[in-house]
Amino acid sequence: MQWTDALQLTIIGLAQGSGYALVALGFVFIYRATEIVNFAHGELMMLGAFMVLTFAELWGLGFWMGAALGILTLGVAGYALDAAVMRRMIGESQSSVFILTVALGVMLKALAGMIWGYGPRNLTVPFQGTVEVGGLVIATSRIVVIAGTIVICAGLYLFLSRTKLGVAMQAASQNQLAAYYSRVPVKRLVSVIWAISAMVAATAGMLMAPVTQVSPEITAVGIKALAGAVVGGFGSIPGALLGCLLIGVAEPFLDYAYPPLQGVYAYAIMLLVLVVRPDGLIPQTFRKKV
Amino acid sequence: MSGVLLETRNLETYYGPIMAISGISLSVRTGSVVTVLGANGAGKTTLLKTVSGAVDCKKGQVIFDGVEVQNQQPDRVAARGIGHVPEGREVFPFMSVDENLSVGAWGRKDRDAVARDLKQVFAYFPDLRAKRDQMAGFLSGGQQQMLAIARAYMGRPKLMILDEPSLGLSPLLTQTIFGIVRRINRDEGVTILLVEQNAHAALQLADHGYVLETGRVVMEGTGAELTESEDIKEFYLGRAEAGVRGEKRWKKRKTWR
Ligand SMILES: Nc1ncnc2c1ncn2[C@@H]1O[C@H](COP(=O)(O)OP(=O)(O)OP(=O)(O)O)[C@@H](O)[C@H]1O
Ligand SMILES: [Mg+2]
Repeated sequence: MQWTDALQLTIIGLAQGSGYALVALGFVFIYRATEIVNFAHGELMMLGAFMVLTFAELWGLGFWMGAALGILTLGVAGYALDAAVMRRMIGESQSSVFILTVALGVMLKALAGMIWGYGPRNLTVPFQGTVEVGGLVIATSRIVVIAGTIVICAGLYLFLSRTKLGVAMQAASQNQLAAYYSRVPVKRLVSVIWAISAMVAATAGMLMAPVTQVSPEITAVGIKALAGAVVGGFGSIPGALLGCLLIGVAEPFLDYAYPPLQGVYAYAIMLLVLVVRPDGLIPQTFRKKV
Repeated sequence: MSGVLLETRNLETYYGPIMAISGISLSVRTGSVVTVLGANGAGKTTLLKTVSGAVDCKKGQVIFDGVEVQNQQPDRVAARGIGHVPEGREVFPFMSVDENLSVGAWGRKDRDAVARDLKQVFAYFPDLRAKRDQMAGFLSGGQQQMLAIARAYMGRPKLMILDEPSLGLSPLLTQTIFGIVRRINRDEGVTILLVEQNAHAALQLADHGYVLETGRVVMEGTGAELTESEDIKEFYLGRAEAGVRGEKRWKKRKTWR
């Protein structure tokens, strides 16, 4: 392998990892606020990609309008999902919540297949083609995923640390009872967290579409994102980002080194990390209170 | 001045089939300090949580400031003017002291007054000023308790509810914190509802007190009356009387379960 190939694979890996990271952000946000692991998050991502496709191409509204409406739709869906379903599960056992989100994922995937079909569809994006940087030919869409992830992460960071609403969301995630007693409308904020997580996932599905295309099968990204979050130490946001990038970069190299195992490397890495460092790369320092 | 700020009427709260409090009626006059005493599991925390809306009652009423508030969302109840300092130093562990306090002032629009209250908080708790930028999870237990009280104060409550603020604190720090609670009451007119195991310290502060046993009020009286009561002396103050209370309490707690 030449160094240009290695660099090429690294960039491809970073782009894939960024996509996983965006989905993983949602996993971690929701988990921190509610202790629910939303196993349907990959499905929300897929749904987002399909909604963008529907608005942009099936309804002919064009990419930008389609992107805005598609992402917004997922925001509404995320909010409604929490307000109508998840909120009622407060106090239920972990296992019934687990089963609920898994069942929800299966349902959404089947529904998408019924509506849009099972074959991959192409989403035309304005960032197609390639750019050449110092002899490297890189697909523009890869760069857009990486840049988009950086912008979204920075935006979320500023929102959570600098705005009153963001700080209150952190409070609601760290100690729900104390947040309630401080007059923070915890229920509504948790629904907003679901909305944001779903919108970020939808963005991920849309940004990755040039590579993955749009089909019910792209929900597999959700499982890899989950693996990345576990590698990073579930519940830690920097950990999840790091874990996803690690998995994203490792995948193409390992696929290149030994193709027969293509697709299972993400899980192999997760198992390895769990055996060596059960708390993940960046474990939580304090025990979270309800 | 002496209206009733908080009243509960025949409150009954269940955890599943288990009745945790069974028909508690009490009233807290505006501007007063009222203490609720009782052994472990007597239902003190449940009573406070029911008042604040963190758990729903099955029967009865909570009347705060003339309005029925039972079974409302806890953030709504708090917004009416209740600052609840929960049992066990519940801070936001990954946030700085300053951020914790700013959440305490959630919803307040009067920026200048918030700034003044923040100053006052640091006057009450100089230890916190030194730790403003530190993560709350790294504070000592006593500092976390101070932060929890300070956070409630930042909401400018009419009624401050304190659930065992002395839990696990040294006798000296307990004195300090009770002193500050007294100042918050006297100087700022904040009404106080104080739950304690440390009956001695609580009765020194309280105008009025209730004793709970297995979810019922079994005794009621002024602070002085309760201090003089034989039963209180026996069960809560200990025959040996004041002084080295810290360890004594530990020994007693075991037998109460
Ligand atoms: N979440 C819960 N689920 C079931 N039962 C509970 C729960 N919380 C409290 N209880 C029960 O309700 C009763 C009253 O508990 P509560 O916490 O109100 O007591 P307490 O007076 O505050 O005790 P302590 O002094 O130990 O804090 C106890 O018998 C307790 O076992
Ligand atoms: Mg208690």
